[in-house]
Amino acid sequence: MEKKELLSLSATALGAAVKAGKTTAVEAMEAVLGQIEEWESIYHCYVTIGKEAALAKAADVQKKIEAGELTGPLAGVPAAVKDNLCTEGVLTTCSSKILENFVPTFSSEAVRNLERAGVVLIGKTNMDEFAMGSTTETSYFGVTKNPRNPEHVPGGSSGGSAAAVAAQECFFALGSDTGGSIRQPASYCGVVGMKPTYGTVSRYGLIAYGSSLDQIGPLTKTVEDCAAVLEAITSHDCKDSTSVKREDTDFTSALVADVKGMRIGIPRDYFGEGLDPEVKAAVLKAADLLKEQGALVEEFDLSLVEYAIPTYYTIAAAEASSNLERFDGIKYGYRAEDAAGLHQMYKRTRSQGFGPEVKRRIMLGSFVLSSGYYDAYYLKALKVKAMIKKAFDRAFLKYDCILGPVAPATAPKLGESLSDPMKMYLGDIYTISVNLAGLPGISVPCGTDSKGLPIGLQLIGDCFQEKKLIRTAYTFERLRKEEA
Amino acid sequence: MAKEYETVIGLEVHVELATKTKIFCGCSTAFGGRPNSHTCPVCTGMPGSLPVLNGKVLEYAVAVGLATNCNITQYCKFDRKNYFYPDNPQNYQISQLYLPICRDGYVEIETENGSKKVGIHEIHMEEDAGKLIHDEWEDCTLVDYNRSGVPLIEIVSEPDMRSAKEVIAYLEKLRLIIQYLGASDCKLQEGSMRADVNLSVREAGAQEFGTRTEMKNLNSFRAIARAIDGERERQIDLLEAGKAVVQETRRWDDAKETSYAMRSKEDAQDYRYFPDPDLAPLCISDEYLEELKAKQPEFRTEKMKRYQEEFDIPDYDIEIITDSKHMADIFEATVALGSQPKKVSNWLMGETLRLLKEKELDPEDLRFSPENLAKLIALTESKAINSTVAKEVFEVMFEEDVDPEQYVEEKSLKTVTDEGALQKTVEEVIAANPQSVEDYRNGKEKAIGFLVGQTMKAMKGKADPAGVNRMLKELLG
Repeated sequence: MEKKELLSLSATALGAAVKAGKTTAVEAMEAVLGQIEEWESIYHCYVTIGKEAALAKAADVQKKIEAGELTGPLAGVPAAVKDNLCTEGVLTTCSSKILENFVPTFSSEAVRNLERAGVVLIGKTNMDEFAMGSTTETSYFGVTKNPRNPEHVPGGSSGGSAAAVAAQECFFALGSDTGGSIRQPASYCGVVGMKPTYGTVSRYGLIAYGSSLDQIGPLTKTVEDCAAVLEAITSHDCKDSTSVKREDTDFTSALVADVKGMRIGIPRDYFGEGLDPEVKAAVLKAADLLKEQGALVEEFDLSLVEYAIPTYYTIAAAEASSNLERFDGIKYGYRAEDAAGLHQMYKRTRSQGFGPEVKRRIMLGSFVLSSGYYDAYYLKALKVKAMIKKAFDRAFLKYDCILGPVAPATAPKLGESLSDPMKMYLGDIYTISVNLAGLPGISVPCGTDSKGLPIGLQLIGDCFQEKKLIRTAYTFERLRKEEA
Repeated sequence: MAKEYETVIGLEVHVELATKTKIFCGCSTAFGGRPNSHTCPVCTGMPGSLPVLNGKVLEYAVAVGLATNCNITQYCKFDRKNYFYPDNPQNYQISQLYLPICRDGYVEIETENGSKKVGIHEIHMEEDAGKLIHDEWEDCTLVDYNRSGVPLIEIVSEPDMRSAKEVIAYLEKLRLIIQYLGASDCKLQEGSMRADVNLSVREAGAQEFGTRTEMKNLNSFRAIARAIDGERERQIDLLEAGKAVVQETRRWDDAKETSYAMRSKEDAQDYRYFPDPDLAPLCISDEYLEELKAKQPEFRTEKMKRYQEEFDIPDYDIEIITDSKHMADIFEATVALGSQPKKVSNWLMGETLRLLKEKELDPEDLRFSPENLAKLIALTESKAINSTVAKEVFEVMFEEDVDPEQYVEEKSLKTVTDEGALQKTVEEVIAANPQSVEDYRNGKEKAIGFLVGQTMKAMKGKADPAGVNRMLKELLG
């Protein structure tokens, strides 16, 4: 198969082509590595690329496919994973200096699930340091650029994964989403990204940021790929106490282009001040398209939206301040040289090893947990979190899914966001409630703005209702294609 | 006239639970492995690892709570206690602060003034830390995480004790309850039971508590008693001199019989406790509680009473035997195998206690099986071996739990019952010792003892001394 044609295939189309003998896992891997060779110096999607290992693994997988041992829809497909997912024997840095030399002894459950499905890993994608940021600019290893326009950020924190999919430097990627870190970069880069219901994908081997909010999910070229990858990585894992045993994990069965009777709610709260008019127009147009196909679309008031950001930053920072304590220079990772005594070693290691955004959140988290403030901040945030969940519960009594924008605007220019962290935090307004309530959410491309930057449409479902999101997103994707 | 002071004491007792695996991972809890050989990503705090609660830990904690009359918190959570130290691989300890598993219980202790209730404020589950080893030669510190993640419960009493005696009685009571539950071996010396003493003094009759100190590093009952007396004196001296007691943590040095301040309240760390998001809250069902209640064993008081009714052995023996659940188990199992209770008790009270003392061991360390003890008793009863040989065999059993029948066979220790062979030896001894024979015949009764000894020696101890005696008398007419 010709390289250009091969690279344009979706993951499931490639899987089918490999199975049909039209191409091989090795040919696909060579094409992807060629693409990386050509573009990586500009986009910088990856922290680590394991070229030799990837080719060897592709050859191995190809043999198994030919022997009939691997028959899944993703067998032989080259993919990338975010650098906060542990990979046995492969550098896993969280894009931080403090883990610049860390090689895990085990692979995360999601990665193992991919390997079982015959997916071949290319490497580890760049991210905001410890997944803290919305632009991939806080990475210790340098910024990733948006393949749709390299003057702009790819979004974050799974910016490397989104950019790698957009740049055809992989056929799909895994990311993690704590407050929008899959959906927002998917939106900025014009790809599909999904955050599953909390507990759907095992967190074992995901280096934690905000444990009660973190969830691993796919970044793909199409909704069909998204369903197939989600199906592959979903598992009940007894190594993760928050893992849920689910029966309805045949997500690809929801790939049906039909939204007749689907009840879709549009929260007025998501279309107020601060939303870019071009984004607003594109998202509302998407709603109209679905309505034309028989979906029942109406506006409603979700409420409490303005409390989501302070609640999220209180809880996520509190958990992060504790989760990141283990990075101390004692057992693994970076250790400051020449420290006199234990405490100086701790201080220097962490002062030198963490970047400014991570330090800001560790300090914020330590503050809200400290004695005298715990009740006023952390405990209150937990109460608000429960109220936000209730607001969604009420909405889902009436609607199958909620439709809105992913982010208030399209991808900002490189360097614009870091100077104003408050503005960057406010950019998470439409995505973080989903994490606070543990819900599934998907981002699907729904147009571009006048600068040609992609706009994402967000669909939010009730817990365990991924299939409704997949069905709606799949229908919308087909409609857009037909329109074009 | 000097003022009278009352001592007010509360205890924090840590108990290492006897689970086979650690609290949040599948690693072995076995003591003494090669450093870091009982570790995995979870108990070494590797990035991406997650804790999963060992159900046995919950079972033991609830069982101890039920046995100490606590309310069980049916919606219960784990919290993270954050502090940096290299023996703590995550730099937070998973413990319980807000919703501990057990609350508001008590145990009853016997004092000089009758029985008394000591309140239990709470019991919570937590993980142990690793161990730091300072290498003086290399001038560095090494960490061994084998102990990291070993399950503990912390039993926090109310400030209800008034003397060292009451404290010891309380600790003994806890030890017995926990040992009877099989939840821990509770060895102070080995650290599977550790007690911190909170102590204050106040003028007799005062309503308010005085300022308290917390004493750590107490690893024997004797050290606890001495530390209490020492700290009481120290606080009274301060008050008498018009000085204030400072709220602080002190470390007891048992060799010097003194304590020194480790840190004051002002240095107290803020542990920033919060619920651990990696562990789902526990919802304990009524059925689970009922099941555990039904499984509660016979505790010591009931056992003592039953022994008095069932077995014809002295009260003193009962007291000693039931002081260790393990010894009581051996006793009952041996009796169940058909041995006479009094004979079993004699072996436990005699040779067993002697060897325990000699080897500085605890009754919980006993390794011989009831089967082998029953066999040994049967061998002596049938006079297949004499009592000297039996003691010899028991010593080996005590060390290695050998099968006494097999051992006696292999070492040819059986009493010779072949009358012909015995008679031949006796005749040889008579022939070889004409002087003693003459002495005996001249009325020196003692001389027979010498001849018995000579015969036993010639028989390599494998004869029944009474039988030898009888035969000598017959032959010497």
